[in-house]
Amino acid sequence: MSEPVTVHVPRDATAKALGAEQVAAAIAAEAARRHLAVRLVRNGSRGLFWLEPLVEVTTAAGRIGYGPVQAGDVAALFDAGLLGGGAHALRLGPVDEIPELRRQERLTFARCGVIDPLDLADYRAHGGLRGLANALTMDSDAIVRVVTESGLRGRGGAAFPTGIKWKTAQAAQADRKYIVCNADEGDSGTFADRMLLEGDPFALIEGMVIAGLAVGATMGYVYIRSEYPDAWHTFNAALAAARAGGVLGDAVLGSGRHFHLEARLGAGAYICGEETSLLESLEGKRGMVRYKPPLPAIKGLFGKPTVINNLVTLASVPAILDHGAAWYAGYGMGRSRGTLPIQLAGNIRRGGLIEKAFGVSLRELIEDFGGGTLSGRPVRTAQVGGPLGAYIPPAQFDTPLDYEAYAAIKGMVGHGGVVVFDDSVDMAQQARFAMAFCALESCGKCTPCRIGSTRGVEVIDRMIAGAERDKNEALLRDLCDTMVNGSLCALGGMAPFPVLSALDHYPEDFRRAAGDRAA
Amino acid sequence: MMESRARSATPPGGIAPALPPAQIATVHEVIARLQEQPGALLPILHGVQDALGHIPDGAVGPIAHALNLTRAEVHGVLTFYHWFRREKPGRHVLHLCRAEACQAVGATALEQHAQRTLGTDFHGTSVDGAITLEPAYCLGNCACGPSLLLDGELHARVTPQRFDALIAAARKA
Repeated sequence: MSEPVTVHVPRDATAKALGAEQVAAAIAAEAARRHLAVRLVRNGSRGLFWLEPLVEVTTAAGRIGYGPVQAGDVAALFDAGLLGGGAHALRLGPVDEIPELRRQERLTFARCGVIDPLDLADYRAHGGLRGLANALTMDSDAIVRVVTESGLRGRGGAAFPTGIKWKTAQAAQADRKYIVCNADEGDSGTFADRMLLEGDPFALIEGMVIAGLAVGATMGYVYIRSEYPDAWHTFNAALAAARAGGVLGDAVLGSGRHFHLEARLGAGAYICGEETSLLESLEGKRGMVRYKPPLPAIKGLFGKPTVINNLVTLASVPAILDHGAAWYAGYGMGRSRGTLPIQLAGNIRRGGLIEKAFGVSLRELIEDFGGGTLSGRPVRTAQVGGPLGAYIPPAQFDTPLDYEAYAAIKGMVGHGGVVVFDDSVDMAQQARFAMAFCALESCGKCTPCRIGSTRGVEVIDRMIAGAERDKNEALLRDLCDTMVNGSLCALGGMAPFPVLSALDHYPEDFRRAAGDRAA
Repeated sequence: MMESRARSATPPGGIAPALPPAQIATVHEVIARLQEQPGALLPILHGVQDALGHIPDGAVGPIAHALNLTRAEVHGVLTFYHWFRREKPGRHVLHLCRAEACQAVGATALEQHAQRTLGTDFHGTSVDGAITLEPAYCLGNCACGPSLLLDGELHARVTPQRFDALIAAARKA
């Protein structure tokens, strides 16, 4: 046999849900049948989900893509010379040249879909661990300064400057400090955390070790959702590889510095994406939101100073320490520096992950990248920023994605989820769902959220039924005001955003005669 | 404290029936393996549910005792989290996504189809004991919905026809 040909078939959960396991098995079987040597690598996903399962063959001309491939296509692909990059209807050409990928700025997701997520040598060969190696030569002040100067802000949704959070934890005096990664990615329309856990988990591990060096913490936890079984298994395998490879443990990269890391599994509570609720959950309690102050950076997990950051935030740190603050800050606009992994979801023809510098518009994303709706009907709205984000009408699609610009139109960028709906959507029902979801997921600690959300469902139901619409609309707006201003955390405080945006931009849906509504 | 601990061992009215010996052994094995972790309660509850399919009421007392918590505290945690289940599930567990991205591609119709064909509401089990239907609010497959998780395996672009095929295959398995 000659040198084996390297073939990548993703192990990403979405790719598997579309048939990647069967494709991988078919490729192995077909190669064996034809006595051809194949080295099958299970990579993460590039995030071009309309092309999944995306098979990549390494040739002299680079990695050639084929997709979407089903197991039944495999024999014909071999007949067409798959292993030499041969012509076939599913051939996409060099993967890096696929327009939707080439037009991205992949900083945090540079390796996702490229490498074997569990192979530390592959990680190193693609620039991994250079940021950590740099950090090990710096004092903690210098690390914090680089992160501050990069302009990186929390990618979970709150957009708090990461360097300032780290500085606070660094300055706190304690016998023990923690780094906690919030991978409780509960927002509908988001999958960036999941993709990195499955596609480049060492980037998160490296980022957390750097955070530990920066603030003087030696223990970390990653809180992963129970709804992500693939991510959970892949990340635990990555932790084992990182321990075996000396990235974690009592001598980080042989330096004598310690850092230990464990993964913990959530249990289906959306509220645990709120940082203080997540800390309660890690402590083995109900996910009840804490009062702030004290900030977690002063008094967090088990009462100790804790840096709690979103997964994308932490996974962005290694590249910043590798290439420098100015490199990262060179992307973006205004006070939103760097890139945002945008997740294009819902009713969309070409959905997936698009990492772009801040400033890209929804119109570019939905029309140019996404190709419009999957159903082929007109786009009526897009919900940006998860279930607590506003419904944005097409008239505002040219607003640049930027934390401040979105706040100015009463929206939020959040974790970068964009859920597209066609013209069959009933916005009164979407408003009702926002309140119902808040009622279901409220931790119950504060009254505006616990009671307000239930009353909100009732008021919207009365409007839908056509009872005293004007009076009920005034009541609903008043209720939203109470929730926005009186809730303890973002759940009750922002659940009114989708409701108010639906009311403001789609009032006709609340005024339709009850009989006109589809059953 | 001692008095309340003694009372919790023999609850009034037999609230927590004794577990069969095999289940007791499993619960104690999970506790022994995980109780030294900081914040051990969630890992233990996951461990019991993974082993038994649910967390029987009779497991609450031993867990509370091992972690020096009251039964009320354990009950409070157990019932706070949607993932934990106190009733024995069917042979297969199906989590159907109800969140916005899946709604945009027909999840509401799929939900009605699922409830009708399985003959159960959410949190219930089909009469033949094959399928327990649970809601989920996002499975992270938002560009390729509607999505469901069947025994931990993710499925994408689930139409009512595909749903029926998955259920038929699960029933045979």
